[in-house]
Amino acid sequence: MDHPAVASQSDFRVQLQAALAETESRARLDSLARLAQSRLSFIETIQLDQALARSAAETIDGFARVRLAVLSTNTIDHLLPAIRVAGLRCRLRIDVFSGSFGQYRQELRDPASPLVQFRPDLILLSLNARQAASGVSISATAQEVEEVLARAIEELRELWRHARSTFNAAVIQQSYLDVSEPLFGSYDRLVPAAPSRLIARLNDLLAHAAAQENVMLLDLAQASARDGIGAWFDIGRWLQGKMEIAPQAAPAYGDLVARVVAAQRGLSKKCLVFDLDNTLWGGVIGDDGIEGIALGEGSAVGEAYLALQRYALQMKERGVILAVCSKNDMAVAETAFRDHPEMLLRRTDVAAFVANWGDKAANLKTIAERLNIGLDSLVFVDDNPVERARIRASLPMVAVPELPEDPAQYVHCLANAGYFESVSFTTDDRQRAGQYAANAEREALLGTSESMDDFLRGLGMSVVFGPVRPVDLARATQLINKTNQFNPTTRRCTAEELAAIAAAPEAVTLQFRLVDRFGDNGLISVLILRPDPAQSGVMEIDTWVMSCRVFGRELEFEAMNIAVEAARRRSVRAFRAKYVSSSKNGVIRDLYPSLGFARADPEAGVGGAIQWQLDLSTYTGRKTHIERAEN
Amino acid sequence: MADQEILDLLTRVLRDLLMDDSIALTMTTRREEVRNWDSLVYINFIVAVEIELGIKFKIADVESFANVGEIVAKIRTMLK
Repeated sequence: MDHPAVASQSDFRVQLQAALAETESRARLDSLARLAQSRLSFIETIQLDQALARSAAETIDGFARVRLAVLSTNTIDHLLPAIRVAGLRCRLRIDVFSGSFGQYRQELRDPASPLVQFRPDLILLSLNARQAASGVSISATAQEVEEVLARAIEELRELWRHARSTFNAAVIQQSYLDVSEPLFGSYDRLVPAAPSRLIARLNDLLAHAAAQENVMLLDLAQASARDGIGAWFDIGRWLQGKMEIAPQAAPAYGDLVARVVAAQRGLSKKCLVFDLDNTLWGGVIGDDGIEGIALGEGSAVGEAYLALQRYALQMKERGVILAVCSKNDMAVAETAFRDHPEMLLRRTDVAAFVANWGDKAANLKTIAERLNIGLDSLVFVDDNPVERARIRASLPMVAVPELPEDPAQYVHCLANAGYFESVSFTTDDRQRAGQYAANAEREALLGTSESMDDFLRGLGMSVVFGPVRPVDLARATQLINKTNQFNPTTRRCTAEELAAIAAAPEAVTLQFRLVDRFGDNGLISVLILRPDPAQSGVMEIDTWVMSCRVFGRELEFEAMNIAVEAARRRSVRAFRAKYVSSSKNGVIRDLYPSLGFARADPEAGVGGAIQWQLDLSTYTGRKTHIERAEN
Repeated sequence: MADQEILDLLTRVLRDLLMDDSIALTMTTRREEVRNWDSLVYINFIVAVEIELGIKFKIADVESFANVGEIVAKIRTMLK
């Protein structure tokens, strides 16, 4: 049950009072969020939730709001504070709706249920295995067991579909907690109807069905396998109040939930930034030399650092970007990567490598800029408590795990902090590392080009585009939900919503891939046009997102040219578009005027929204350096 | 642990849980006399005390405490 990898605060009460004393609601929420970063005890979690409840209900920039309905066969009210607090930890304000005890079926189906008024963005089904597996005799054959479980899964599938079609909500299904006691002992696993065997099988089937139906999994079974069932389940609380998850497990449960919600909202981290000396290897390379550092097989300490490097490589393979930020001479630091025989990480694995004697906060900013990601996408891994404290103070949006003193514990600390929780694993994730390596080559080209024009021509770009097809849905949804910078509305959607739009004949969906001589950037932009219900012949830009990896390549101009042509074929006269400013999308404040749009409203509307309009009859478009290839 | 120390600890736990420093428990305080001390807060209170003192109440005890004094008395015997 590893809580956020930051030590607890000794003066929690004082800090909580100080946060509550803040009169400005933004400052108060920031202070509470800072407190939420540290490890909180059972009672502190409840206190922080109370403080949160006393804070302003208004929407505050930088804290996305999300409505989560938890429907359960168990008592769950004792878990709600921890869900809200863990949400705050991820800079989310989670409004939680708790279903009536055991009423989840009715709540999902009854049009008059309070769930309808709540309008959930997400529905979490937290069920127990007793019902799913009830009435199975211990003598049941494997086939009989399979039939019972198949029925249970089929019922779940129906609930999921219902949750989606009625509430238009994304669904999170919790895996079943195995609270059974052994019947035979080790032999249980060989008896199809033995409770522990049956629940393990049920969870397998559940994961399989969830993958098919695009339902997110909250893997409570995995968490309890790691922590031990005693950490999660207390028979006394079950008997007293039908709490399947023990109150003392609430903070850990809140984290599990909030991490999945945050991942779905695109708030997971993207980049691991490593210090070098005593972080990726033992010792100081500048003093000890390449032959003096502790790294590699043969010594326990050397192997511990290798384990961290191995973990970093695994993270890279699943799509996390790796960077280095070290106080060292660049040449000395790079030597280890090039010449140390035991190094697992090679120089090419590191997308941004900064080694100098300057301030690490400034260097982290450089890394974020170079990778074109937000500072809040970084996890900074450094063994030095002084450096960690400095980054926490000057860049509070950077995640800084409290690395244990023993390097043997590094991987465990990082892996369990939940920074890189994910709800999908797309082709794009698999190829990301290669794409960042190609970006380094592009930067080199930029360095040698005489002008921007020269550079863009030298890239030899072509755009591959077409409608969003079923095969594109997973990546397109991920892009829409993860993109914060090139996102004029910060509108999010589920795969189902996108599928429904793509299938609707009146909408235009476009997906773009950008290919150049250094490689394929993958699917990096999605644009959705929907008819304006108020005016015929006018379409609205419902959604438009573009990966920051391809900023500055003129793709927005070519994409708009393509969208205009598609719309003209449908006799559309004009586009309407909206820009809603957020803390992240300032980079495209002037996107629409640069494309030829004119202001459609004299003043900014609610929440700073600005309306734009484009007359297609006079649109000429801009000639770009991008060739076209339709798919 | 003296009874007064136990009482102080229970008071602090309940003040923290309800974020209300005006709470003053006595040996004769009953749950319904304290504003907002509902059944959920009561379970959280029991859990917090168990964590704090490293003890575990029997389920029958949790249901039978008539007032704070009985909780103090039970804790006293458990800490012996």
